[in-house]
Amino acid sequence: MYTVLNSSTDETYHRWDAEAMARCGKRLGVTVEQQSVPASQVMTKALRMASSKSLPDVVQFDASEMPVFAEAGGLVDLRTLGLSTDHVPDGIVDFGSYRGTYYGAARSVNTLALFYNKDVLAEAGVRTPATWDELRRAARELTRGKRYGLALSAGGAEDGVFQFTPFMWSNGGDERELDSPQVVEALDFWKALLKDGSLSRSTVNWTQADVNDQFMAGNAAMMINGPWQVETLNSDPSLNWGIAEIPVPEAGADSVAPLGGAVLTVPRTGDDGRRRMAGRIVACLTSEEEQLTYALNSWMVPADERAAAEWRAQVPELDALADQVATARSRTDRLGAGWPAVSLALQSAFQSALTGQSSEAALKRAQQRATSGN
Amino acid sequence: MTTSTVTAPPPADAPGKAAAPGPARARLRRGLVRWGFVAPAVVFMLLFFGYPLVRNVVMSFQHYTPKTFFTGEAPFNGADNWSSVFQDALFGKALWHTLVFTAGSLLGQFCIGLALAVFFNRRFPLGGVLRSLILLPWLVPMVVSGIVWRRILDQDTGVLNTFLDTLGLGGHTPWLTSPDMALLSVILVNVWIGIPFNMVILYGGLQEIPKELYEAASLDGASAWRAFRSVTLPLLKPVITVVLVLGFMSTVKILDLILALTDGGPADATQTLGTLTYQNSFVELDFGAGAVVGNVLILISAVFAVFYLRANRTEGK
Repeated sequence: MYTVLNSSTDETYHRWDAEAMARCGKRLGVTVEQQSVPASQVMTKALRMASSKSLPDVVQFDASEMPVFAEAGGLVDLRTLGLSTDHVPDGIVDFGSYRGTYYGAARSVNTLALFYNKDVLAEAGVRTPATWDELRRAARELTRGKRYGLALSAGGAEDGVFQFTPFMWSNGGDERELDSPQVVEALDFWKALLKDGSLSRSTVNWTQADVNDQFMAGNAAMMINGPWQVETLNSDPSLNWGIAEIPVPEAGADSVAPLGGAVLTVPRTGDDGRRRMAGRIVACLTSEEEQLTYALNSWMVPADERAAAEWRAQVPELDALADQVATARSRTDRLGAGWPAVSLALQSAFQSALTGQSSEAALKRAQQRATSGN
Repeated sequence: MTTSTVTAPPPADAPGKAAAPGPARARLRRGLVRWGFVAPAVVFMLLFFGYPLVRNVVMSFQHYTPKTFFTGEAPFNGADNWSSVFQDALFGKALWHTLVFTAGSLLGQFCIGLALAVFFNRRFPLGGVLRSLILLPWLVPMVVSGIVWRRILDQDTGVLNTFLDTLGLGGHTPWLTSPDMALLSVILVNVWIGIPFNMVILYGGLQEIPKELYEAASLDGASAWRAFRSVTLPLLKPVITVVLVLGFMSTVKILDLILALTDGGPADATQTLGTLTYQNSFVELDFGAGAVVGNVLILISAVFAVFYLRANRTEGK
C-alpha cells in the first residue's frame, strides 16, 4: 500500500483526490491511500515523520514550502524517477524546482486575479480597470454607502503577502530588496486606496476567504482573489461576476502575479523500489487527463500545456486567469528556503503602513528584520 | 502533661513479628512497596514533563533546523539563539504584550467572576438556570469563540459596531484593525471567555463559608460590604489563590485565541510570547529560536509557581 500525504481536508477535494488515486492505483496495480492534514500542518507533520523514519511515499507540499524540505535534503529529484517536463511551461517547472532540481510536479496552478461584480460595474458605468490609476478611480466611483469599491486581504499571514506580491512585482519590486522605491510605491498605492475609503479598514484583519465573503455579500464591488473561490461564488446564482488580470502601474506593463498551488514530491524514504513506484504514481496523477479532470473540478489551471489548452476551451470565462498564470512567478524562485522570514517581515510592514506608519519606514525596518535573520 | 501521652510509642515491634524474616528485609520490602506506589508517578513525570523540559532547554542552545529531522544532527551554537532572540525588537514587544494581556485578563476575569459568584451565592428563582447559562462561553472551543468574535468585532459589518451605531455611539471603532485597540479587544474577549471559570470556582468557595459567620457579622452590625471584606475575602483566600494561579498559567501561554482573532497583527500589535514561539518554530522553522522563547515562558511560569508554593506554605503554618 502506498500513501500520499496532502492537505485535502475539504470534503470535495478529498473526494476528487481519492477518485484520482483509485484510478491511478488501478492502472499501476497498487493501492494508493491519502492521508490529509490541514495545510498549515503538512510541513511539521512531514518533518516529524522524517525524524521517525515513517515518511509517506508521496507528499503534496504547498509550492512555497517545498524548498525548505528540499533544502533539508528530504526530496528525490523527480527526473531521476523518469518524470518528464516536456509539456510543462518553464515557469511551472521553476515553480516545482529548487536550485535547478525538479522536485515537485504540479497538477494545477493558481494565481490571483481581479474579480468584479458585472452588474454593479454596469450600473455605475465603470469599465474594468487595467491600470493602477483606473483601479483607483473605479474603486472610488464604486464605493457607495456600505459597499466598498475593492476588497483585498492584508491579513497578518501568508494570505496577505500573497496578495501584495502582484502589486510589488508588477511595479518592478523584488522581495530581496523590500525597501526599494518600487516596493514603497506599491505599498503607497495600497495606502492610497485605503485613504480614498475604497478599501475597508478591516482589510488588515481579513483572510482571502473573508474577502470572498465580503464580495459575495455585496460589501465590495471588486476583489483580488483566486480561482479556489469560484465554487463558492457559483453557489449564488444571482451573483454575476467577471474576472480580469490584476491592474498594472502603467498601461502595457506586464501583470506579474504569484503562482500558487501545490506540488507532488517524493521524499527520500530509502527504498528504491518504492520510490520508483511513487514516481509512477506522481506521473499518473499529473498526467494530461488527470490534470484536466482535477482542474475542471477545482477551477485551477492545469500545469500541462496540452491540458491547459483544453481547459481554456472548456472554461472560457476564466481566460483571464490562464493569461495571468502565463506571466506569474513563484514566491520562492529567488529566495528559496529564505522566503518564510521575508514573508513575516513583509506582513508586519504592510500592516504597519496601512495602520498609519509611512511605507518607507515600515519597509526599511522589514528589510533589516529580513536580513538580520530574525 | 497531656502532650506526653499523645507522643505514642513507636509502632508495634510486637513480639509476634519476631518470627518474620529479619527486620532489615522487612524494612526493605516496605521500602520497595512504597517506591512501587510512587514509581508510576515518577515515570510519568520524567517521561512527559522532565524529558520535554530538558529537551527544550538543550534545543535552545542548538542550531536546530529542518535538516536536523533528517540527519539527527543539531550542532551546539552556544548562546547564539538566545542573543538573537533577545536582540530582536519583536521579543521585547511580545514580552510586554504578554504581561499586559495576562494582567488585564486576570483582573477583568477575576473581578467580574467574583461579583457574579457573590451574586449567585444568594438563592433566588431561576438562579441555577442563569448560573448554568453563564457557563456557556467556557464550553465553546477557544478557536470557535475566536472566529465568532472576529466577526462580531469587524469594523464595518460587525454586530458590535452596528449595535453601537444604532445607539448613536459612533460605531466605527476599529476593534481589531487598529494597533492601538487590538490588544485591548483581545483582552476583552479573553475576559469574556474566562469569567465562567472564575465564577464557578469562586462560587464553590463561597458555598463552603459557613452561614453562621454572616449571621454573627450581621448581629455585630456589619454592613454587607464590611462582611464581604472581613468574612468573605479572608475565608476565600485559598480559593482565590488557586483561581489566580490557574488563570495565570492558562493566560500567559495564550496562542489559539490570538491566532484566530488577529494572527498577532495588525503590525505585530498582539504578538505574545505564545505567538512568537509558534512563529519561530512553525513558520520560520527555526526551532532553536522557538525553544528560547518557550523557555522564557516556562521560566515566567516557574517563578510564579514558586511564589504560589511559598504562599501556600506560609498559609499552612
